[in-house]
Amino acid sequence: MTKKLDQKQNLLKGIIKENPVFVMLLGMCPTLGVTSTAFNGLGMGVATLFVLLMSNIVVSLIKSQIPNKVRIPAFIIIIASFVTIVEMVLEAFIPFLYEQLGIFIPLIVVNCLILGRAEAFASKNNLQSSIFDALGMGIGFILALTSLGAVREILGNGSFFGLSFIPEDSNSFILFILPPGAFIALAYLSLVFNRLTLKTS
Amino acid sequence: MVKKKSTFATMVISLVMITLVSGFVLGYVNDITQEPKAKARLEKKINAIKQVLPEFDNNPIEDVIKIPSSKFNDSIEIYPAYKNNEFIGAALSGYSNKGYNGLIKIMAGFKPDGSIQNIEVIEQKETPGLGTKLKNNSFLKQFRGQNPSVFNLDVSKDGGDVDAIAGATISTRAFNESLKMAYDEFMAYLTKYTPN
Repeated sequence: MTKKLDQKQNLLKGIIKENPVFVMLLGMCPTLGVTSTAFNGLGMGVATLFVLLMSNIVVSLIKSQIPNKVRIPAFIIIIASFVTIVEMVLEAFIPFLYEQLGIFIPLIVVNCLILGRAEAFASKNNLQSSIFDALGMGIGFILALTSLGAVREILGNGSFFGLSFIPEDSNSFILFILPPGAFIALAYLSLVFNRLTLKTS
Repeated sequence: MVKKKSTFATMVISLVMITLVSGFVLGYVNDITQEPKAKARLEKKINAIKQVLPEFDNNPIEDVIKIPSSKFNDSIEIYPAYKNNEFIGAALSGYSNKGYNGLIKIMAGFKPDGSIQNIEVIEQKETPGLGTKLKNNSFLKQFRGQNPSVFNLDVSKDGGDVDAIAGATISTRAFNESLKMAYDEFMAYLTKYTPN
């Protein structure tokens, strides 16, 4: 029973208590860079979830074989390989998303969320816990990026997931699609998020 | 399992093993995605050509004519379209490096008399909400059916006939430049090859 509870906690902590974006402020580069639309945020979130899950699984499986002093280069090679796989697969099968995300796909390698989970969690815990940890963190990351993208797209472009609800030439808050708008929207969203989670806990 | 000690040998062996495995996996994935990647790129090109040309029944991709460009490293590609063996126009790509954030690439379709059939923006990095309106129908429709020999491809501010996008005159100028380039190449192509 306690074990089941533990896994639930591993999963939930990434979504709420230790949400990588709103609480820990990790992985800011893709968070601010690609969330100009909800779809881009979702795509980036899913790509990151995949890399995070795979790298947590592999690191947790071979952790006893990696000597302590070369663990960082070993993790980086593992993460970089999965990111390259994601890049090739996206280019081949979802070229639209590949073009939208551009340089931010290879930059998943240096997303400190992924290396952080490999180092702080997967290299110290068993396979099952690592999978739940990766799923929790990844889902938390997806939720954060999608909501940030949705807010920016609704305010800045008058549309939601590409469905426009204002006429083509009407004005919107362009600021929110531009880079400064990402900071403003992120600040307000994390304010709301932390306020809400403070109350529940 | 006991954690491996960090000796020279274990460090070298573990890193070599990891890079070896990841190398094989990446090589394999690269091999199997090679074909879909090329297919996706080709599909994008075909779609753009279909957008800018009237209905055709040949394969413009196969009939492509490449002309080395004096301005750009890329050669210019001309995709002629035929219907019932009659020349009905050609699609050309045009570039400009003078966009607000660099490269703007378009695909333009011309009828044999030189008038513009349609234009499709292929690549741009303009400011979202301002320069990106280049892709909107409300901007592109002013070009359709116009013949650049009488329709001056300059912004009205510079004495031309093109209504610039409000707040994005630089993007509009770059767009015009790429369209002019496509038009000039089309005229050169007409005089040089005289289809039919």
